[in-house]
Order: sequence, then structure tokens, then C-alpha cells
Amino acid sequence: MSKDLSPKLSVETFPDHQVITQPNPLRKMIRRVAENDPDDPVARAEKALQELSSEFDGWMENECDRLANAHTAMEMNPSDTANREELLRAAHDIKGSAATFGYPTAAVAAESLCRIIEHAPDFDLVPPELIAHHVNAIQAIVRENDRIDALGVSAQLSKKLRSVADEYLAHVNRDRPEHLEAILAPSIIPLD
Amino acid sequence: MYRIDFNKLRFLVCDDNAHMRRILRTLLHSFGAREVYEAEDGATALEMFTHYVPDIVITDWLMPIFDGLELAQMIRQPGGKGNPFAPIIMLTGHSEKRRVTVARDAGVTEFLAKPISAKGLYQRILNVVASPRPYIRTKNYFGPDRRRNTGNAYIGPERRNGGKAEVLQQPSLMDKAKVAG
Repeated sequence: MSKDLSPKLSVETFPDHQVITQPNPLRKMIRRVAENDPDDPVARAEKALQELSSEFDGWMENECDRLANAHTAMEMNPSDTANREELLRAAHDIKGSAATFGYPTAAVAAESLCRIIEHAPDFDLVPPELIAHHVNAIQAIVRENDRIDALGVSAQLSKKLRSVADEYLAHVNRDRPEHLEAILAPSIIPLD
Repeated sequence: MYRIDFNKLRFLVCDDNAHMRRILRTLLHSFGAREVYEAEDGATALEMFTHYVPDIVITDWLMPIFDGLELAQMIRQPGGKGNPFAPIIMLTGHSEKRRVTVARDAGVTEFLAKPISAKGLYQRILNVVASPRPYIRTKNYFGPDRRRNTGNAYIGPERRNGGKAEVLQQPSLMDKAKVAG
């Protein structure tokens, strides 16, 4: 597994920092092609992703099961922080992957759940039904995804959950300005 | 027009979610990559990092025990094993601006928020291959230059001492190629 790790470094030293430049070790990996080069790696990757998409419904169901199991474990043993962490990871994975799998509104509901877990000052005081509503909603969105009217209903459901969660978080963080700022800050992902 | 020879690049992908690893592998292989190594946690990724010497690391943030942020910090640590200059692309479900800042301060080279797209991933890889930034070492930071904009528009206190010469640019390969061509 040998690769050259010792390119010549140029180091400029200043009173409180150094600026280090090295010859770009990856420069040989780039090449010039004709303007009309028909090969488009991005299009090729999108096509491959499309071909993989037949797996996505099953994967989404797996992610939902994982979330539901984490929620059940947390309900049975609320004081075990490992259960809470697994609930966060499961929700976080749905937040990051559901849109790719074709369930964008499940991602919105999962993000709302992540925000509650991350920003509630005392998780033990979070109303259990607020967590349960999120978990149930995500499951329902995935289960009912094929229904013609599902998108509109699921979008409304996710939006409502986010609104309720934000209201709760703003209230419980009213004396924690740094959290309040983080809660109210816009996402770096532009809204549709 | 420029293309990356992906078949010469070695990738290390670290994500605890098997589905996401499969998606990443699919995208990288479709781009043309042949060498894609996978780890499902930060500790394994660190071992693979020193063993396989990847050209580019792509890591999730939230993982059990040893997360992607800690992985980035370990890679950039002075005296650590492996190549501390390796580009790190943080691919994460976190989408808050403060997270971008935290990742940047841990030495992450590029930040890509999920949901993943072929175009977004390709663009980040193109950035690290064709337009590497110089590295900065301070008392409490080592990593890519956190200043992407070096114009005169900045208004605020100067946080680095050293005067005019401190702003050193590593010319982008794209720019060089355009001049040469």
C-alpha cells in the first residue's frame, strides 16, 4: 500500500502561524478532455443510483424498523442513555437518507425529532407523546407512501410536527440564548 | 474541459450506515474509482487510513463511540500516523451552519450535507483534487486554510499576525491548465 507521503513542503513561518504548501499530490489525477467529450461521470453515477433505487423501499422500511425498535427500547428503559443515543442515530440516518430513498417528508419529520433530542435541556422532561408522534408519523409516511394523496398529507403532517417541536424547543430554551440561536438558525440546505 | 482520473484515486469511506456506504460505493465506482475501502466506525477508519493511505477520506459525522469529527482531528493531529494532508470530505445529515464551522475547525476540507447527490459529491472531489488549499498550522489548529475568500471585502479584526505575505495561494490546477492551454 505504498504511496509517496513526503512531497516537498514549503513552509512560511509567521509570528503565530505557519503556511504550508505542498506540490499537489493529486495533480496527476486530472486530465484535459475535449469540450464535446461524451463521457459524463455525474450522469453515469445518477444512472447507477437510479438502478439501485429498486432497493430503496426495503431500505427505508429497515430504517423505520430501527427507529421503532430504538423508541421501544427507550420507552422500556428511559434512563439508559445508550437507547437515547440509538434513537438519535436512527432518526439522524432517516433525516439524511430518506429524501434519497424517495421519502422527503419522512426526512423532515426525522429532522424535527433530531432537533428535540439535541436541543431539549432535559430529555427526561420531554413529553413522551411528542417523541411518539414523530416516530409514528415517520412510520405512517413510509407505510402510506404509495397512496395518491400521500404526499400532500405527509407534507402537512411533517410541517405540523416541526411547528409543534419548534414551539416546544423555543419555550424550554427561553433562558438558553446559545441554544435558541441554534434552533432558530436557518438550515444550510435550501428549502424547496 | 477537465476530468478526474478516478481509477487512480484511492478512497476511504466511513459511515456506520450500510445503506449509505452502498450508495457511496455505487457513486464512486460509477465515477470510475476502483479502490474504495469502507469502515463502519471511526476507529476502524483510522486503522484503514494508516494501512491503505487513501488519497481522499469521506466520512459521516454521527457514529457510535468514535465519530467523524474525532476521526478528522486524529488524522490532522501532529505526529499522527498516516498523511495529515489527506483531504477529508464530511458527508453528514447535519445541516446547521454552526456544524459547518465546527467541522472546518476540526480540519475538514469539504462539507457535504445529505441528502447526497452525484453532482454534489463529484464537485467536492473535484475541489480537493484540482484546487487544494494551503495548510495552516497555529497553536491550536492544523488543517486546510479556513479562508476561502481572500479578497479585500473582509471587514473585521485581523486574527493572524504576519502582514501582507501571509496570504499565500496555491494556484488551482484548473487555473494553471487554463493559462497553459
